[in-house]
Amino acid sequence: MTEAVELANLTVRFGDFTAVENANLRIQAGEFFSFLGPSGCGKTTILRTISGFIDPTEGAVRIGGQDMRGVGANQRPTALIFQSLALFPMMSVADNVGYGLRVRGVAKALRDRKVDELLNVVALGDQGGKQVDELSGGQRQRVAIARALAVEPQVLLLDEPLSALDLKLRQHMRNELRAIQRRVGITFIYITHDQGEALTMSDRIAVMNQGRIEQVGDGRTVYDAPDTGFVASFVGETNAIPGRITATADGEAALETPLGVLRGRNPQTLPVGTAAQLYVRPEMLLPDPTTPENRLSATVEDHAYEGNLTHLACRAAGLRLTVLLGARDRRAPPASGASIALGFAAGDARVLPVA
Amino acid sequence: MRSSDGHIFVLLLPLLVIAGFALIALVDRRQGRVTGPGFFARNGVGIGLYLLLAVSFWALLVIVLPQLFMVEMAFRPKLPPAATGGPRDVYTLENFRYFLYGSTTSTAAWNVTHLTAFWKTIVASILVTAGNFLLCYPLAFYMAQMAKAARVRLLLLLLIAPYWVNEVLRAFAFRVILGTSGVLNKLLLGAGLIDAPVDFLGLDVGLYAGLSYAYLLLMIFPLYNAIESLDGRLIEAARDLGAPWWRIHKDIVIPFAKPGIASGCTLVFMLTSGALAAPLVLGGPRSLWFTPIVYDRFYQAFNWPQGSAYAFILLLTCVAFVLAVLRLGKLSLGEITR
Ligand SMILES: Nc1ncnc2c1ncn2[C@@H]1O[C@H](COP(=O)(O)OP(=O)(O)OP(=O)(O)O)[C@@H](O)[C@H]1O
Ligand SMILES: [Mg+2]
Repeated sequence: MTEAVELANLTVRFGDFTAVENANLRIQAGEFFSFLGPSGCGKTTILRTISGFIDPTEGAVRIGGQDMRGVGANQRPTALIFQSLALFPMMSVADNVGYGLRVRGVAKALRDRKVDELLNVVALGDQGGKQVDELSGGQRQRVAIARALAVEPQVLLLDEPLSALDLKLRQHMRNELRAIQRRVGITFIYITHDQGEALTMSDRIAVMNQGRIEQVGDGRTVYDAPDTGFVASFVGETNAIPGRITATADGEAALETPLGVLRGRNPQTLPVGTAAQLYVRPEMLLPDPTTPENRLSATVEDHAYEGNLTHLACRAAGLRLTVLLGARDRRAPPASGASIALGFAAGDARVLPVA
Repeated sequence: MRSSDGHIFVLLLPLLVIAGFALIALVDRRQGRVTGPGFFARNGVGIGLYLLLAVSFWALLVIVLPQLFMVEMAFRPKLPPAATGGPRDVYTLENFRYFLYGSTTSTAAWNVTHLTAFWKTIVASILVTAGNFLLCYPLAFYMAQMAKAARVRLLLLLLIAPYWVNEVLRAFAFRVILGTSGVLNKLLLGAGLIDAPVDFLGLDVGLYAGLSYAYLLLMIFPLYNAIESLDGRLIEAARDLGAPWWRIHKDIVIPFAKPGIASGCTLVFMLTSGALAAPLVLGGPRSLWFTPIVYDRFYQAFNWPQGSAYAFILLLTCVAFVLAVLRLGKLSLGEITR
């Protein structure tokens, strides 16, 4: 596979403030790649650097193997879909979609055909004559996608394109975007701070925090095998139990915690004596455990029934723990104030350095 | 109709128009086309009355009536005070005839001096307006889209500060710079670029420079306002789609700022064609601007009716021209005042 985009030691500073720090990344051609991270972590900055609106302070951006230094935003083989869409209000829908072709001097007849084609791709075939402000939010979204696809970019950059939509439409557009990506086969680089969105849509995800890329991997890796405490707690829900490592063996570590000695995987092979956190997902915390390892007891404080699952908020030795019970679990949920025995397999927990 | 009847008509006309609008508003309300709290309900009786009186005082006494009286006067002959209201005080086109033919009675020859000055004024105003736009657009764009807030404030101050100086003094400053023994000639002579002083004023350089400068702000501000409200992301989006810089201006910025451009150009054109101070101070001996001629009708020839007619002709031509251009640009008057 070839590389569509490569970030090599990329650092971006605004004055004294470092927005992106030493990012290294290879995004494959045809990949649906997501950047996931909290607000202000530098996602937009990375995207704008790739599209050419911000110059790297250090390091390089390569697209299709070529260094993009000195290549203007209007000459890069990328197309950006803005967080605010930035459709041209002074043009009709068709003119918006055809704008990139018009500035490339494509003849009108050819242009019109291409625009029609693209409007059909985004299911707006009959809306070309409308003004932009006559469209619904989802339709405008699709105009923006068609406008970006029209210039046949090697890489499509999408900056939280669905954040302005309501939940229903957002879910619909997710599928649509994924389908469009499969159809046109180009690289999508997608920004979001919604982990569900990143997990469902992406081939791979880069999780960012405060200007650093914390982990890159497919959804399953990022969720099941987080490299850092930040990734563990930002992607999905987790329970963090602080402690100190007392023993290590076979890729596992034993942690002395307020809840007793607990064992988990030790992916970073932290040495004995390190202060660390043990992360275990709520759905891995099982009530009435049969496993002998990692047992603890907690007090149920509250429960919330959500149809397909039940959330239990528990407390043990002053720590809050969240437990998820599946709908298969036919037992009546324990009442508030009741004591509950919990346990988890060592393979389902990760011992990571304190974030 | 005698002139005294004319005065009554002029006084009644605006009142009739106001009454007409009031009637329309009343009918609309009666028939339920307009609902909700009325003007006084919204503003309270005190403020409502004040607004009503202040606006009508301002609009009628300061704007509408003087203009109407001027128009009325344009159609009357120049008479000694004793003859006003007499049998010779009738409506006439003789002032307009004088403008065209240089005589109140004969149509044998064209009034070449005045007609030439008139057309020169219109054409020069168009050129000054266009030049002004070319000068101001880049600056307005820079201030509105590129500069940091502090830089914009500084630039605005630098732009505004010279206008604290009186208009006539500013015009004289151009004389000081551009005169045959002025600063610029001294510099050029000193640098050895020219052998003899250049008569910038005689070449009308001073006039055009002065006129351009006089109304610069009225071009900058509407442009700045219009471009400022343009979302910078649109410019980036166009760039991202491959547009070179000049296409971004042609396709995005200028269409978006069209109302502001029209508004600035209209203001500058109207004021330039009616400018008095700059042409009086900076006009060379051979340049004939139209407004000094109008001025002369009033204060040299003491022919107020003729002066009114001349002013009316200028106003009418300019308004017609502006409306025609707006029409071509598919803009409505309402849009440019947004
Ligand atoms: N032009 C700029 N000048 C100075 N600081 C900036 C500039 N652009 C961004 N920043 C800072 O860089 C950091 C990262 O910004 P960025 O827009 O990349 O965040 P983001 O991850 O896209 O956040 P969000 O999810 O809220 O869009 C922020 O702290 C922001 O304040
Ligand atoms: Mg952002």
